[in-house]
Amino acid sequence: MKPILELKGITKRFPGVLANDNINLTLNKGEIHALLGENGAGKSTLMNILYGLYDPDEGEIFVNEEKINVSSPRDAIARGIGMVHQHFMLVPVFTVTENVMLGDETTHLGGFLDRKSPAARIREISDEYSLEVDPDSYVRDLPVGVQQRVEIIKLLYREADILILDEPTAVLTPQEVDELFTIMRSLVNSGKSIIFITHKLREVLTFADRITVIRGGKVVGTTTPKEADQNQLASMMVGRDVDLALNKKTANIKEKVLEVQDLVVLNDLNQVAVNEVSFNVHSGEILGVAGVQGNGQTELVKAITGLSHPVEGKIDLLGQNIDRSTPRAITELGSAHIPEDRQQDGLVLTATIADNLVLNTYYLDPFAKGVVIQEDQIRDNAENIIKNFDVRTPSAMIPVGSLSGGNQQKVIVGREFSRSIKFLVAAQPTRGLDVGSIEYIHNRLLEKRDDGCAILLVSTELDEIMELSDRIAVMFDGKIIAVVDAEGATKEQIGLLMAGVAEA
Amino acid sequence: MSKKEKKQDTKKKDAGKIFLEEASKSPLTLTILAIFSGLLLGGLLVAVTSVEVYQAFDISFWEGIKTGARAAWSTYEALFFGSIGNPGKIIEAIRGGEAEDIRRAFNPFFESLVVSTPYIFAGLAVALGFRVGLFNIGVEGQLYIGAATAVAAAIFLKGLPAIIHVPISLIAGFIGGGLWGFIPGFLKAATGGHEVINTIMMNYIAFRLSEFLLRGPLKNPEGFTPVSAPIEESARLLRFFQPPIRLHLGFFIALLVAYLVYLLLFKTTWGYTLRTVGANPRAAKYAGMNIMRTTILAMVISGGLAGLAGANEVLGVNHNLALAFSSGYGFDAIALALLGNSHPMGVVLSAILFGFLKNGAIQMQLSAGIPIDIIAVLQAFILAFIAAPAIIRTVYRLKEPDIDIDAVTLHGWGGN
Repeated sequence: MKPILELKGITKRFPGVLANDNINLTLNKGEIHALLGENGAGKSTLMNILYGLYDPDEGEIFVNEEKINVSSPRDAIARGIGMVHQHFMLVPVFTVTENVMLGDETTHLGGFLDRKSPAARIREISDEYSLEVDPDSYVRDLPVGVQQRVEIIKLLYREADILILDEPTAVLTPQEVDELFTIMRSLVNSGKSIIFITHKLREVLTFADRITVIRGGKVVGTTTPKEADQNQLASMMVGRDVDLALNKKTANIKEKVLEVQDLVVLNDLNQVAVNEVSFNVHSGEILGVAGVQGNGQTELVKAITGLSHPVEGKIDLLGQNIDRSTPRAITELGSAHIPEDRQQDGLVLTATIADNLVLNTYYLDPFAKGVVIQEDQIRDNAENIIKNFDVRTPSAMIPVGSLSGGNQQKVIVGREFSRSIKFLVAAQPTRGLDVGSIEYIHNRLLEKRDDGCAILLVSTELDEIMELSDRIAVMFDGKIIAVVDAEGATKEQIGLLMAGVAEA
Repeated sequence: MSKKEKKQDTKKKDAGKIFLEEASKSPLTLTILAIFSGLLLGGLLVAVTSVEVYQAFDISFWEGIKTGARAAWSTYEALFFGSIGNPGKIIEAIRGGEAEDIRRAFNPFFESLVVSTPYIFAGLAVALGFRVGLFNIGVEGQLYIGAATAVAAAIFLKGLPAIIHVPISLIAGFIGGGLWGFIPGFLKAATGGHEVINTIMMNYIAFRLSEFLLRGPLKNPEGFTPVSAPIEESARLLRFFQPPIRLHLGFFIALLVAYLVYLLLFKTTWGYTLRTVGANPRAAKYAGMNIMRTTILAMVISGGLAGLAGANEVLGVNHNLALAFSSGYGFDAIALALLGNSHPMGVVLSAILFGFLKNGAIQMQLSAGIPIDIIAVLQAFILAFIAAPAIIRTVYRLKEPDIDIDAVTLHGWGGN
């Protein structure tokens, strides 16, 4: 097979960092090539060089065995290279057609936009690859999965042969992920070639033709799904042995800690988001709440943590009614919360790590005597947590926003776990984290459970739910449609429940 | 690996270089360079707007440059004499030994401190708001209300000893301004009404209200103009020298209050709450802080500090309340709080700078005939450089700073 794209000896230095170190990569015509690596391994830098956003310090790029020079995205597109960024570059108030033609508008009569012929072309492309995108709908009305297909159409409209997809599955539901991979397969079958960037092992093994693993700016190796398995790939990514199978002891379930009865919660738009939900969580167990994003999980967590109040039903925590309690009162009962959006809710990014580590205890002894803040105690506390929870930072006194995502999450976990807690809500605790951090946080959650803490785990990652939970509650359309024992439950069964297709 | 490299790197460099590098990252360096550049551009502006310079260019190029430099020099000389004092006169007065001459020679310096005092209070008011993510544009109005309540306490309470009357009048000023801050604070917390709009509107109400008071209840019954009666002797802030020096106790009270605001913000749990709500209200809510209460409290304290600015002027300088007695202290305060990075220490320093510039400008206009507006332009240059640090960094080739931990987050019009 002839390589359509070759990168030779690409090196890129940033002040203090060697982001890409002599990287070689070949992409064959008609293949899906996965670029696998942890956050910060240099995947995105490499792709930005290919797309003309960065100039490499050394190295050459060949397309169809011809050396090319890309100094801007325009050059890249002219050479048939197109990229879909992780965060879409779409104008929400424009139609699909307007978005696709943006920057490459067809006009007639010397200045009037011609929308008809681009729309027809988009319809053709959509039919050819069964993308099912209506050129006249507004982007803001489209689900995320369809928006992503609009981005792909943008590339096909410009006749790109090499498609780069940066973390394309990060924003998708499991169903949308399957659809995306069907589309990718039909694209390569008709002669396109795809590089897709990810850090999710399962996807790589299921959908890629070849896999290149990058660590610390270097290529660690290239393999195929047939030759590799998850543990092997994880070790290549992290650079040490990783045991993905968790060491999970049998649960020692004791008394009831949280009791939720006939709960009704409204969302920000005053629509019913949680509809007559009832369940219990016991000491020593993890109850996993599975469900596709947006089926009421966020609102359920808000009600349980006091960030909003239910309109009907009741919530009892450790025998006390907390329907109308403030977040502080609930925290003081011995409850902890790892919030879904760690940067918005869980941290003050501009404040120091030390200050963030006392975010919900700063007013208590020993961190305050009366109203006077005890800075030494706060610093000691920070140094302890940084050590015990393996937060990688040069100092406790730097802004938490300068840490990587995994270390930010360790700050939150450290803060919540270093109090004595009896109940924990963990919402999407590993979203966007790398393999090493995921492994770490999973083990900590299990440790807490074995200590007798009651844990409510909310996650859209079905694998995570299956691995950690003792019981699984499936949420669909605001209701808990089933609670099943994790032991004996199958992925297919839960997946169908999540889609609202099957009854338990 | 990269860490090791860095360590070796720093070892190789000599101490002086490291100092320069660190200094070039510091926000203080940026501020000083901004002030310096503002002065430089201001001088250029004086030169290009001076008729004599053009006439001199007709003679020769060199003559033109010389005249331009002289014009700029004489402007800044007049500014210096007006704000700090004329060294020649000071030496002469000391040699002469006449007490009044000596006071007169030193007066510009002390008068600048007098002008700085309301700037300190008003700057603290704005800075405290900024720290909590609130844009208090209503400092001018709160200042007027604070002045009115302070004057009322200082006129209508009679027969008190100064040790009681002065604090009561100051507290009355704090309460008046605090009340005026409470209203927009409450509206924001309860209804989400944006404080920028509401404080601006409250300004107009305050101006008209003080006008009403000065034509009605507070008017001096013995006079015909809208001016209040003089305040009781016992409510006046102590002056340290004989006339013409007007330096009074208010300046030191301002420094004390700045220190108290510093303690409040950075050393107490209240301050931790205020700063967290300012930096990330969603995280504050998650952590169990009461956003509504904090917002209202912040506006009350901010308004109270503004009220102290007004009280200080009427109790320390004017000894009565007149229409339009404040020449925009509350609006200048927004700029100087930014200049001081919303830190009490920074506010004190920039308030003193503003006080010296303002006082010097008046003298400059009188003695050198330079329009007072040049100072406004100068301040504008300095602030533009502060607001656009990239210009200063490029011109002086400074390093990008590491993430600024003291950066104050302001929320936009979204209001959350």
